Amino acid sequence: MNKTDALIIGAGPTGLFTAHQLKLIGLECEVVDNLDKIGGQCIELYPDKPIYDIPAVPECTGEELTNNLIHQLKPFDIKFHLSERVDEVKKDNGNWIVKTSKGKTFSTPNVIIAGGVGSFEPRKFAPKECEKFENKSLFYSVKDKTIFQGKTVSIFGGGDSALDWAVELSKSSKVNLIHRRDEFRGAQATVDKVKELEKSGKLNIFTKYQLSKANGSKQLESIDIKHDEGEIKNLKTDYLLGFFGLIMQLGPIANWGLNIDKKTIEVDTEKFETNQKGIYAIGDICSYPGKLKLILSGFHEGALAARACFKLARPDEKYRFEFTTTSSNLLKRLGKKE
Amino acid sequence: MTKITYITHDNKTHTIDVQNGLTVMEGAVQNDIPGIDADCGGGMACATCHVYVKEEWLDKLPKKEDGEEDMLDMAFEPKKNSRLSCQLVVSDELDGLIVDIPSKQG
Repeated sequence: MNKTDALIIGAGPTGLFTAHQLKLIGLECEVVDNLDKIGGQCIELYPDKPIYDIPAVPECTGEELTNNLIHQLKPFDIKFHLSERVDEVKKDNGNWIVKTSKGKTFSTPNVIIAGGVGSFEPRKFAPKECEKFENKSLFYSVKDKTIFQGKTVSIFGGGDSALDWAVELSKSSKVNLIHRRDEFRGAQATVDKVKELEKSGKLNIFTKYQLSKANGSKQLESIDIKHDEGEIKNLKTDYLLGFFGLIMQLGPIANWGLNIDKKTIEVDTEKFETNQKGIYAIGDICSYPGKLKLILSGFHEGALAARACFKLARPDEKYRFEFTTTSSNLLKRLGKKE
Repeated sequence: MTKITYITHDNKTHTIDVQNGLTVMEGAVQNDIPGIDADCGGGMACATCHVYVKEEWLDKLPKKEDGEEDMLDMAFEPKKNSRLSCQLVVSDELDGLIVDIPSKQG
C-alpha cells in the first residue's frame, strides 16, 4: 500500500502543474496515467501543433509545453505510475483507497482527477465478432512479437504504428497491410520501405479496403475485407492487428459515485471538490458555471485544489499563503536556498 | 439561421436552426444531439465528430483541409462520404444539409 498526501489521476498539463503546487506547499503526491508517457492530450493528440494562449508563452507546441512542465517539476521528487489506469476508488475511514489496473493500491486523503476527457483506449474494429478474438488472435498493440513468427498477420491502419509493425513483422511472418485509402500518413521513409517490400514480394498491400468480417469459431481463421466499390476479398490469417489510434473514454470514473453530466464532473469553484469530500476534479473533466476548457483554467483549478488538499492531509497545521519570490520555505523546497 | 438535419443512430431526425459561422459540430453539441462528442473541441485531433454527408451534398461542401483525411483514418467505419463536422462551417449554402451520425460513435 502506497501512502501519499494526494494522488493525481492524469499526467496532462493540469495534473503536472498541480503536482508542482502540491510539492511547493509541502505535500507529497504521486501521479497515475493510462498513457505510457507524460503529457496527456498535449502529447497524444497535438504534440506538434502550436498553442498560442498560454499566459506569457506566446507560442509553444504540445510537446514543448509538456517538456517545460516536466522541467518545472525537476526540484521535486514525484513518482509517476504510467500505463496504469485507476480502476477503483473506495472510502475507508476518512481515506480513499485507490486501486490501479496493475494491482497497485494507494491510501490517501485526497484524490485529484485531472483526467481530461477520460483515459485513452485503443480504437477498435467495427465488426461485432472481433471482440471474441481480442487478446487471443486480435491485438491493438504488440507486447510479444515472437508469437507471430511463421504466421500470417493482417495489419490495419495507415499511420506509423501500422507501417512500422508491417516492416518489422515482414522479416519472419507473412504480412498483409490493409488501409482504407491509397495515402499513408506515416513517415515517408517508412512508406517507401513498405512499398519496396511489396515490390519484392515480402508483404501484400491492400488499399481502399476495410475489415468487414472476422471468421473462425474459437481461433481466427480468415478475414473478409471490403473494397470501397463493394468487392469482398477473403484472406486467410492467423493474427489481426488494428492501429487506429486512441480514443478517450470516461471509463471507471463513472462508477465512483460522482455527479457526472455529459462526461464532466460537477465541482465547486472554491476547492474544485466534487460531491465526495476529498475527491477533486480539475481541467477539462470538471464543470461549473462559466467553465472554459483552456489549459490556463486547469492551472488555476489545480492551484486551488492543492490548497484544499492541505487541510485534509495536515489537519493539525495551518496553511500559510506564501510567494516564491520571498518565502525561504518555498525557496528551500525549490532547491534555490540551503 | 441555416437548417441542418442530423440523423442519429436510432434513425431519429433532428432538424436544427444553426447560426451561420458555427460549425456543424457546434450545432450538434449546443443542441445535445447524441453521437457527436467532439472530445478535442474542434481541433481536428480526435475524430469523435465524424458524420456521413448525404451524397448530393458532397460537392457543395468546403474541401477537406490537410489533416482531415488523416484524422478520418481513425474514425469509426469511415466511408467516401465521411467528414469531420468540426470542419464544416455553416453558411446559407449549407441550408438543408443532412448528415448521418455513425452508430457506434463516442
